[in-house]
Parts: sequence; structure tokens; C-alpha cells
Amino acid sequence: MKYKSQKVAYWFFALSMLLLTIQLTYGFIMGFAHMGLDGLHQVIAFNTARAVHTNALVMWLLSGFMGAAYYIIPEEAEHELVNVKLAYVQLISFALVGVIALVGYHFNYWEGRKFLEIPRPLDWLVVVNVLTFLGIIVMTLVRGKKRTTTSLVLTMGLVFAALLYLPGMIWFDNQTLDSFFRWWVVHLWVEGVWELIMGGILAFLLIKITGVDREVIEKWLYVIVGLTFISGILGTGHHYYYIGVGKVWLIVGGIFSALEPLAFLGMALFAIVMYRRGEKKHPNKLALNWTLGTAIVSFIGAGLLGLAHTLPQVNLYTHGTLVTAMHGHLAFWGAYAMIVLAVIAYAMPNLTGRKLFDTARGTYAFWLSNIGMLGMTAAFGVAGVAQVYMERKMGIEFGEVQKEIQVHFLVLVTCATMFTTGIILYLIEFVKFGLPTDEALENQYNNHAKANLATNQ
Amino acid sequence: MLSKSQAKWFFLGGTIVTFLAFIILSWWSLVQDVPKQTHPENLTPQVVAGKHLWESNNCMGCHTILGEGAYYAPELTKVIDRRGAPYVKAVLTSKSAWQPRGRKMVAYGFSDHDAEDIIAFLTWIGKTDLNGFPTKPSYKSTVNTN
Ligand code: HEM
Ligand code: HEM
Ligand SMILES: [Fe+2]
Repeated sequence: MKYKSQKVAYWFFALSMLLLTIQLTYGFIMGFAHMGLDGLHQVIAFNTARAVHTNALVMWLLSGFMGAAYYIIPEEAEHELVNVKLAYVQLISFALVGVIALVGYHFNYWEGRKFLEIPRPLDWLVVVNVLTFLGIIVMTLVRGKKRTTTSLVLTMGLVFAALLYLPGMIWFDNQTLDSFFRWWVVHLWVEGVWELIMGGILAFLLIKITGVDREVIEKWLYVIVGLTFISGILGTGHHYYYIGVGKVWLIVGGIFSALEPLAFLGMALFAIVMYRRGEKKHPNKLALNWTLGTAIVSFIGAGLLGLAHTLPQVNLYTHGTLVTAMHGHLAFWGAYAMIVLAVIAYAMPNLTGRKLFDTARGTYAFWLSNIGMLGMTAAFGVAGVAQVYMERKMGIEFGEVQKEIQVHFLVLVTCATMFTTGIILYLIEFVKFGLPTDEALENQYNNHAKANLATNQ
Repeated sequence: MLSKSQAKWFFLGGTIVTFLAFIILSWWSLVQDVPKQTHPENLTPQVVAGKHLWESNNCMGCHTILGEGAYYAPELTKVIDRRGAPYVKAVLTSKSAWQPRGRKMVAYGFSDHDAEDIIAFLTWIGKTDLNGFPTKPSYKSTVNTN
């Protein structure tokens, strides 16, 4: 670590890890409910479990992104964060809003709009919180010595993500309009501006880990985020096929969303080529695993499994079935969960001064969680395809079909157990690192050996 | 080879062009398609009250509507066509968990009044033109029974 204020990132990462455990716990509740084991129905009904599962997911990813920004921006801008105290206030208020929302879901305090369940009064607190965060980041960039492409792309992603939250706060009497603008948040986040955040973090990690020239990496970063927006903005149309708007979206959405995998393919090639080109081999193997992993798994989960159901002819049958859940899991995991876990794996040794670079536990964490998640994806996929054929093609009753596919949820829960074992190992590593300390600071008075390492980190 | 500033213009240019196209198409959809396909003239206060109940109870946390939501319970856009209003009213007003095939719904026990609001909402949305979704099952049974 080069700047004292980067330490605040640690606490965002810690909050992130806490929310992740909550997310997984509620995931199991739903997995069992799909198997017919719904003993918690009276206390935590399925809709409560689901709102907690998906909102905790979004919150831990956002907390991870914010931590990443607080770590990356000082280093890229060569300037301490302008107001560290305010950053801690922002952390605590973010955690509070999150807790109120998650608790509220147990008491019927929510809005039934998928992914946007946070009630509108709380939305305003989110807005204030995010503005504070952005203020700190943007002011640090303004005061800083340098404004690199990496930091600009990351910041642009964060600013647009905040702006796009707003259309989700408007009330519509008409369900079609409600859905239309809900996608401006959900789709334009994950298939638009969040890819800028991912790309920015990925570029930062590749610069540090591979030692490849910044100019080369940042040039390709522009190409990737260019592909993202060119395909992703009009690709929103793949959610407009069957919600009560015109057929023009079948064509526009079909064509442009089918191009979206290119951006993820770009991301994967980018990481692999830069890794091959890099001469310096950074000792942090675990960070390297997660960095290459996120680039590759996002291409499979978002790119290929997205493509699998994005054409209107296919989506007519798969729309709103477990096929969507299959894709949702591997896409969120590969693109956004793994990039957060990558930046944490990279930053922790630098924040705490403990060089736990290549532990067996960390390696198991990586492989168990990834193989477990692939298994879960397969389970959802088999259940989903079976559902599509029985329910949509043959016209068998929803409930009858669900009974037929119950067994796949046994597979799901088994693979989820493997996945969770991996995550628990990751959490143990996280705790073993201990707290961030100023002793981990690399200042200019350090000796040569350390200075050499510093250019690399 | 591509230079960094060319790459930057690819990004900026591509973004601006597709963004403008998206805004124009969206605007066109809202002005042209929504009035024709969703019948906003039928959005009575009762339908809107039903939508409020639909949201404040997070029905979408188990069901899908317009194909969006959760995969724990049936798709409801055309439920009034499929089951008829009296059946739906019985489900909504039931004081014990409705569970025709073992899977439980929350026992809301809505008043008659609230149940009718929700039914009005579901009736309205059932008339939306969804470009062919949900499909009618296309399967002509030739099951081998020997
Ligand atoms: C990292 C990027 C991505 C993430 C995190 C992601 C996640 C999701 C999630 C959670 C849903 C369900 C949304 C809802 O119903 O509210 C969804 C739906 C969908 N995604 Fe993605 N996705 C990503 C990228 C893509 C890409 C690149 C494509 C196309 C090539 C794609 C195609 C689709 C389609 C067609 C649906 C609609 C499914 C339906 O009709 O039920 N996704 N995605
Ligand atoms: C312990 C592991 C997990 C289990 C057992 C699990 C299980 C489930 C279940 C049963 C659903 C609900 C599907 C429905 O509506 O019927 C769901 C939804 C979802 N989960 Fe998980 N999950 C787990 C981990 C994760 C992880 C790690 C992520 C992301 C990285 C994730 C992302 C999602 C998303 C985005 C949805 C909404 C999908 C959609 O609506 O299409 N889950 N999960
Ligand atoms: Fe999408």
C-alpha cells in the first residue's frame, strides 16, 4: 500500500464478506424450499429469502466495488483520499441502510419489484450515500497528480451506475412501463456500466500483476468498454420482447444482445494475452488466479449462457424459467463476484503487510467455489430445460412440473455445499490476514529491494 | 495498428450513437406501442390499487408476471383466463396457506375488497398484447401407451 487512506478499503471488503455469508445462507433456504423442504415458510417465506439473497448480493458487490475504488483511486491519482473520516461515515451509513432493508424484508417492508425491493424512502438514503462516495472519489481525482484511463473508466462506471439507479425510483401505474424502466437499472447495470467497473478493476490488476505496459492495457480497455456499450445499450431490447412493447425490439434486441458476448470475449482474451506477455511474475498467485478466473468465467456465464437464451425464438420459451436462474448465477459469479474476490486477494497482503500469497487454503478456496458454482449452474440448467419442455411445450401444470424437477435441487444443494466450503476457506484466509496497518506502508525512505517490489505492486 | 486515441474515439463514438438510437427507439415505443398494446385507458383506480397491493406484498418474490419475477410459483399474467376470477379470489382470501400441489403460498387472507382490487389488476394485465407470450403449448400428444 502506498497511501494511508487506502486502509478504508479493508472495511468495505469486510462488510462485503459479511453480506456474502448472509446471501449464501438465504440461498440455501430457497434451495431447500425448491426441494419441498419448506419448514421455515411461516418465518421466512420464499419471497423474503429471495429478496435477502439477491439484495445482499447486490450490496456486497457494491461494497466490494467501493472498497476497490478507495484502494485503486489513491494509487492511480497519486493522492490520499480527500476525506477519510467522511469515507468511514459513508461506510457506516451504507451498512445501516443495508441492514434496515434486509431486516425490513422479514416484516413485509419492501416493494415487489425484482432486484429493486428497497422501499423508496430508503432509496433516498442510498442516493445520499452514493453521492458522498462519488464526491470523495471525484475530488481525489481532481486533486490528484494523474488521471489515468484506468481510473477514469472505473469512475465513469461508478457515476453512471449511480445515475441509472434513478429511473428505478419512479412510480408507474402501468406494469409495462414499470418493467420497461426497471431494466434501465438492472440490465444497463450488469450489461453496461458495471462492465466499466469490472474493466477498470481488471486493467488495474493486470497492470500490477503482469507488469505489461500501461498504454497497451489501457488501449484495449477502451476497445472492450466500447464493445460493451455498442452491444449492451441496444441489447436492453432482449428484455422488451414480451412485456407489452412493440416487435421492433425483437429485431434490435436480438441482434445487439447477440453481440454482447464479444465484450466478455474481449475481457477474457485481454486477460490471457496480457498474462502471457507479462515478463514480471508477481508473487501473488491467488490474485492472479482470481483475475484470470473472472475474465474467463464471465465469458462463459454472461457471454455464452446469455447467448443461449437471448434470441427471441428461444426466449419465447425460456423467458421467466429456471433457465434464467442458471444464467444469472454463473454470470453474476464470474463477472462481479470473482472480480471483487480478485481485488480483495490482491489488496489484502498490501493492506496488512502479510504476504500470504500462495497458500493451499487459498487455492482450495478458488477451485472449490468455482467447481461448485459450475455444478450449481448445471443443476439449474437441467431443471430449467426440463421445465421449459414440460411446462411450455407440452402444457403440463406448473406445480406438476416442479415436482418432476425437485431432484435437481438436491444436486443444486449438494454443489452449493461444495461452493460454500470454498467460500468459507476464502473467509478464513481473509480473517487470517488480520487488520490493515500503517506498517504496511511503502514509503519513499524504504530500501531498494522494497522500492523494486513497490513498482510492481 | 490501432492507437490509444483511436480506441478512445471508438468507445465515445459508439456509445453516443447507440445511446441516441436507444433513446429514440424507447421514446417511439412509449408513444406508439404502449397505448396500443397495454390499454392504459383501462387503468382504473381499482387496477392501480391492485398494483399497489401486488407490490407491497412482493408477489413477484415467488411468481412471475410478464415473465419477470421468481420461479417458485406460477406465471400470473394470464391467470384470470386460465383459472377464472372466483378461483383467484378463493386463493387470495384463504386464511390458511394455499397449497394445491404441496408448495405453499403465504396465507394473506385478503379482504374481499382487496382481493377484488388485485383481480382487477390481473384482469387488466391479462389483456396486454405480449407479442405471443406465454406460448400456447404446441405439443400434440402421441404418447405411446403400449
Ligand atoms: C455479467 C453480465 C450479466 C449478468 C450479471 C446477468 C444476469 C442476469 C440476471 C440476474 C437475469 C434475470 C433478470 C431478471 O429477470 O430480473 C438475466 C436475464 C437475462 N440475461 Fe443476463 N446477465 C449478464 C449478461 C448477459 C448477456 C451478455 C446476455 C446475452 C448475450 C444476457 C442475456 C440475458 C437474457 C436474454 C435474459 C432474460 C431471461 C428471461 O427472459 O427470463 N445476459 N441476466
Ligand atoms: C449457497 C449457494 C446458493 C444457492 C443454494 C442459491 C440458490 C438460489 C435459488 C434457489 C434462487 C431462486 C430461484 C427462484 O426464484 O426460484 C436463487 C436466485 C438467485 N441467486 Fe442464488 N444461490 C446461491 C448462491 C448464489 C451466488 C454466489 C450468486 C451470485 C454470485 C447468486 C445469485 C443469484 C441471483 C442473481 C438470483 C436471481 C436469479 C433470477 O431471478 O434469475 N446465488 N439462488
Ligand atoms: Fe440483459
